[in-house]
Amino acid sequence: MSEVQMIKRSPAEQSLSQRRAKEAMRSQVAMFALMIFLTLVSFSMVFAHLNDVAGFSKFFIIPTLFLFAAVQVGLQLYYFMHMNEKGHGIPQMFMFTGAMLGFLIPLTFVTIVWW
Amino acid sequence: MSSVAQKSGFGATLWDWLTTVDHKKIGILYLLGGLFFFVLGGIEAMIIRLQLMTPNNDLVSAGLFNDLITMHGTTMIFLAAMPILFGFMNAIMPLQIGARDVAFPFINSLGFWMFAFGGLFLNISWLFGEVPDAGWTSYASLSLHSPGHGVDFYAIGLQIAGGGTLMAGINFLVTIINMRAPGMTYMRMPLFTWTTFVASAMILFAFPPLTVGLFFLTFDRMFSGNFFDHTMGGNTIIWEHIFWIFGHPEVYILILPAFGIFSEIFSVFSRKRLFGYTAMVFATVLIGFLGFMVWAHHMFTVGLGPTANAIFAVATMAIAVPTGVKIFNWLLTIWGGSIKVTTPMLYALGFIPSFVMGGVTGVMQGAAPLDYQLHDSYFIVAHFHYVIVGGVVLAIFAGLHYWWPKMFGTMLNELLGKITFVFFFVGFHMTFLIQHWLGFWGMPRRVWTFMDGQGWNIANLVSTIGALLMAIGFTVMLINIIMTTIKNERVGNDPWGDGRTLEWAIPSPPPFYNFPATPLVRGLDTLWIEKMEGSKEMITPAEPITDIHMPHGSIIPMLMTLGLFIAGFGAMFHQETSWGLGVLIFGLAFTFVAMAARSLKDDLGYYVTKEQILQDQENIKRGRN
Amino acid sequence: MDLNTKFTPETWPAHPERATMEAKNKFVGFWLFLGGETILFATLFATYMALKNKGPSGFGFTTQELYTLPLVFVMTMLLLTSSLTSVYAMYHLKSFNFKKMQLWLGLTALLGLGFLMLEVYEFSHYVQEGFTFSNSAFSSAFYTLVGTHGFHVAVGLVWITLLIFRNSKRGLNLYNATKYYTFSLYWHFIDVVWVFIFTVVYLMGVVG
Repeated sequence: MSEVQMIKRSPAEQSLSQRRAKEAMRSQVAMFALMIFLTLVSFSMVFAHLNDVAGFSKFFIIPTLFLFAAVQVGLQLYYFMHMNEKGHGIPQMFMFTGAMLGFLIPLTFVTIVWW
Repeated sequence: MSSVAQKSGFGATLWDWLTTVDHKKIGILYLLGGLFFFVLGGIEAMIIRLQLMTPNNDLVSAGLFNDLITMHGTTMIFLAAMPILFGFMNAIMPLQIGARDVAFPFINSLGFWMFAFGGLFLNISWLFGEVPDAGWTSYASLSLHSPGHGVDFYAIGLQIAGGGTLMAGINFLVTIINMRAPGMTYMRMPLFTWTTFVASAMILFAFPPLTVGLFFLTFDRMFSGNFFDHTMGGNTIIWEHIFWIFGHPEVYILILPAFGIFSEIFSVFSRKRLFGYTAMVFATVLIGFLGFMVWAHHMFTVGLGPTANAIFAVATMAIAVPTGVKIFNWLLTIWGGSIKVTTPMLYALGFIPSFVMGGVTGVMQGAAPLDYQLHDSYFIVAHFHYVIVGGVVLAIFAGLHYWWPKMFGTMLNELLGKITFVFFFVGFHMTFLIQHWLGFWGMPRRVWTFMDGQGWNIANLVSTIGALLMAIGFTVMLINIIMTTIKNERVGNDPWGDGRTLEWAIPSPPPFYNFPATPLVRGLDTLWIEKMEGSKEMITPAEPITDIHMPHGSIIPMLMTLGLFIAGFGAMFHQETSWGLGVLIFGLAFTFVAMAARSLKDDLGYYVTKEQILQDQENIKRGRN
Repeated sequence: MDLNTKFTPETWPAHPERATMEAKNKFVGFWLFLGGETILFATLFATYMALKNKGPSGFGFTTQELYTLPLVFVMTMLLLTSSLTSVYAMYHLKSFNFKKMQLWLGLTALLGLGFLMLEVYEFSHYVQEGFTFSNSAFSSAFYTLVGTHGFHVAVGLVWITLLIFRNSKRGLNLYNATKYYTFSLYWHFIDVVWVFIFTVVYLMGVVG
């Protein structure tokens, strides 16, 4: 006996759900392209800085690196890990709490660990 | 299956308990394990007090004294208080939300065995004669230079036990999130369930830092790491931060379930709805949240700078607000209630003044300038014993009396219970109240002995006599437990007569599937609503009785943990012996094989048939008449 | 739940990973575990940030000179791509295409293996230069942080290999769908951690 009810989709429903899945997959690939782009920009900024090609100061580069990392992580969580879908309220709550503490702990370790 | 064809005999019973995945049995295992370690920690405490009874005493050596204080603290926090609370959570929380089991019965069992083997590992140090001696906080410079394997036992033993705690925390969270009965919304959950939820969430976020910190300590001591060794560029303050990032939430992990237990008891024995339920829930969540923002108040004297100290001081004092909300709500619950002073209620009534005193001294230490004066003095010892004993231990005793009938089906003797309370309560205040003054008079904590003529003699003597009274009280309780078990007078569903929550609607102890039909919850204090409506069955079913899916028992959790236990010894001796590394690898491989066996073999559980449930129900009804 | 229930693409539920009660529990439980892992890595990162470039007197290693960016770039690309292949696998999981799912997961595992081998190469390179685990606080913190991530990758590889071979003859059912899905969550989480590692450890380390 099974607790799952088998529901057969009609051909129209099935083709609709397939089309939706394909569209979702396309947006996933687009997000992947964006992530690769951000990574490329991050690395090239640093390469350029090392080889004195472009004159960005490191006080510009470091915050930008952080921003790009945060965006990438957001994309991973919300698209690749499907946190944008329904039924993810609890995961969101715990991941955000984790992220907040995960920000606080490194912050204290670079400020109030004396030498 | 298991209820029809139960084998009897010692071997079968033992096997049943070793392989059980039933949350009620695991709850009992946690409770018994925790009580065992509570006795161990209590004996250590008694020796400490006897050593400090008179000046220049030499009952124990200075080294042994350090072993005793370290093991007393570690044992009481990790191996006594938490497991006993886990025992209640396991046994009661699923019943309160109308669930048949926890979300992950297998992991539940794994969590218990990791606690048991971790605690065993830690205490085997006594047999080796190399005992952890760097304090329960194990501050790094000291713990790095502690000779022998003492601190190794601490690091590895706690690593194993801590892993079990983390699993238990996740398990409770998922149980509460996913397995509530129909109608049991979040804001209808009994407060003990709520505090279990918040405490488990805190475990989820507080134990990973402990894991990391213990790994660092293990690496530094056993695998030539350099995290804390300043000559190699390391930093001892990192240990303090990591330890307290874990350690401060830890005390809230202990006290929140205690609050939950008392909330239940106040409401039941005042025969009133809990006053300000919503505010109570909100305060619980707020305490849980703020609990993570205050760890550096343990480190005021480290020299973090005035800005950091000020921030952490303010955050610390802020916690007094939600805690105060709770205290007033309890008082207002009692006010105007029809009060029955039973043993659990006696503990609850004693808890309020005791805990308030501990809380107030906490705010005193939260004021950073004053903390410079109080730091490392007996005032600190007095404070944390007031919150831990006056809060957590009183709650454990209260809960033990309150839920004993539900867990074991018998009722602890009320007279002996009250005698226990009087001895313990008087002894507790006698032991620790005077220690506030000892602190003011300059007695430092963690000293092996003290000189005559400093005005500390009488106070220390009083304190020791108080400790003896506590020991007497606890002994009376053990006698009570033994007598009750021998008499074995079975009780019905609701032996207190005033139960408000779902666990009192089913037999004591409940059948292994808990609820024949999942209950329908129609409001806060579910059972009370049924009682007020004069309902005969005490449960409105949400579904007809059907076959119930149950998990199989398994020995694998114990084997997995055994592997870790063996690996621990390998890690500890790998530097000085040739076999250490081999044992380490063997232990880990053993665990891995056990895990793989679990993963590769599909275990889909089995079904209890409808006929069998109806038969059970019939038997219960006949037994009642 | 019955393992022998045969599904077709038309009857396969829209969310196979949370179709049964056990599956829902595993789904939520695994997310909570990841929440805890966040803190675990945060503590490791914090320690690394506090200890980087710290060593005994006369210590010669700095982040600027030690790290080789091109290698890290290749590793990053491998791991990011493995994230995409895992997304493809989940796409086929949802459309009940078992063969393609296994294929994409196999590809994911290969990319992960490539990443891990490069990491082993990187570490052995550093060790040859004298930057050993016990050489300084910096090295201990570095190897523990990056090594813990590498360990997670290794665990993921063992996990997915076992899953692929265990189920190769049985096809998809609601029992193993959750296992595949939680693996993919785990794998993406590893990627999330790596994003911070290449940013905080390598890029910021080289910039100074």
